Amino acid sequence: MDIFIAPFSNNQFMVNALLAGVLVAITCAIAGTFVILRGMAFIGDALAHGVLPGIALAFLLGYPGMLGAAAGAVCMIGGVTLITQRSRLSSDTAIGLLFIGMLSLGVVIVSRSSSFSGDLTAILFGEILGVGTESIWLQLGAAALIGILAFVCSRPFLLLSFDPEQAQVAGFSVRLYHNIMLFMIAATIIVSFQTVGTLLVFGLLIAPAGAGALLARRIRSMMAWAVIFGAVSVYAGLLLSYHFRLAAGASIILVATIIFFIVFIFANMRGCRPPALNGGRHG
Amino acid sequence: MANAIRTGSGVQESQSDTIAAQAYDLSVGYPNDTVASGINFALPIGQAMALIGTNGSGKSTILKTMVGLLAPRSGKLTVFGGRPTASASRIAYLGQFHNAGFILPLRAVDVVSMGRFPLHGLTGKMDSRDFDICMEALRTMGAEKLADIPLRSLSGGQQQRVYLAQVLAHRADLLVMDEPTSGLDAGGRELYLQAMNSELRRGASLLVATHDIREEARLCQQVMLLARRVVAFGPPEAVLNTETLLETFGIVIGGDTGAAVPECRHSHTEGEPAAAVHKRKLFRIR
Repeated sequence: MDIFIAPFSNNQFMVNALLAGVLVAITCAIAGTFVILRGMAFIGDALAHGVLPGIALAFLLGYPGMLGAAAGAVCMIGGVTLITQRSRLSSDTAIGLLFIGMLSLGVVIVSRSSSFSGDLTAILFGEILGVGTESIWLQLGAAALIGILAFVCSRPFLLLSFDPEQAQVAGFSVRLYHNIMLFMIAATIIVSFQTVGTLLVFGLLIAPAGAGALLARRIRSMMAWAVIFGAVSVYAGLLLSYHFRLAAGASIILVATIIFFIVFIFANMRGCRPPALNGGRHG
Repeated sequence: MANAIRTGSGVQESQSDTIAAQAYDLSVGYPNDTVASGINFALPIGQAMALIGTNGSGKSTILKTMVGLLAPRSGKLTVFGGRPTASASRIAYLGQFHNAGFILPLRAVDVVSMGRFPLHGLTGKMDSRDFDICMEALRTMGAEKLADIPLRSLSGGQQQRVYLAQVLAHRADLLVMDEPTSGLDAGGRELYLQAMNSELRRGASLLVATHDIREEARLCQQVMLLARRVVAFGPPEAVLNTETLLETFGIVIGGDTGAAVPECRHSHTEGEPAAAVHKRKLFRIR
């Protein structure tokens, strides 16, 4: 049993990593559930990578990376909204364009500065093994905020995922709740990138929630599964990284992805069929 | 009526007590595209009206305007005496397409309970009474066995029954439905007709878009034939004839119309199933 517990009982940095990682997993599970339900994976991915130039610029100018990430997210969402509203292009074209534009801007900024190489790794892959106490508090605050938002807005979010027209007719503004959902996803990415990195946070956003969607019959249980899968990924990933000297953030995402495929195979083996109704056969 | 607006005229004010929805010279469409214009009607409370026409005739656009998804291009539209969006909690809407149904981990009963959301808003508590209403709605559509089944494992027709149960669970004052019987088998259509008759008895009003002339003629006091304009409007027996149908659909298939039109003309007489006659009588008694 020692190999499962000792890394954490002997090292404060591993405890911090576990705490921060689990909080990120919870936040990502809640936001990720709606990313999947509402089919927002692409904008989520774009946001995760689109914040790079903001972070790079903030580091260059000596501001906190999170501030830069927030600015990057605002540019990304603003640009997508502008292109979608002022042209005939669909939102995935706009997202793709902004995504790649922001990413290349990030690389250009990084390439201009010679002192960046260490920081760049931290931005892309996170520094979960170097997480401080204040980061954990911040994670806790973010998890609470996003949990409360998801709880309060659960009805409009559900209607929006089911059928936006129905949400509108039911008296819930589609634009307002769509923006709240975007804010939730952006906030998750902004507070999580320090832990797992901009390149990998997206994995924690969709892999556990995706596995949950395969298993669950209800949205609440989908979210619960996502939290469990996310937390297990963090724990197992940290353990693997400790014993085999692997990159911690990447190990976590790798475990999350493997869990997804295990669940996928399991879900495909057990199919279920609904009963027939009164009054004959149905197409 | 809680939502009646003060019009200043006694006549109009008393009308808003008996009229669910009213259109004056209404044009509907999208920002750069008027789909149908010259629409005038008044739908009394407790009555049903059908919009009949081909694909692209403007039916769905009118319905979307009725529920506030589209703004009127011109003219005037009132729903319960005000703008459609002012009565959100009183209007149930069944759209034509349900695209997301397959991904979501939702049981049929969860879908039905969404029909109660407009009554409780963002945070109002839903209790066991709401649950009972949802189960009753599923029962009405003969789908109570499906309550616990994920929506994504249901067939198209079964899903349609669940969507109809969602509309019923709302207990709305105005039901706006786009092709409500699409995908339903004969049994499902019969249950639909029974359910709509009891909604009317409850005092709700119906506005239904369809291309199934026969079915809606059994239900509706008014029929509007559409072909991007109003071809004919009035009681089914006056409106549905070979010329108007030809103008609406561009084609009249002999056998089909022959069966459809007389059935509407001789309201409740020979050649109909007993259940339908019985329903019509119940319906006329009101």
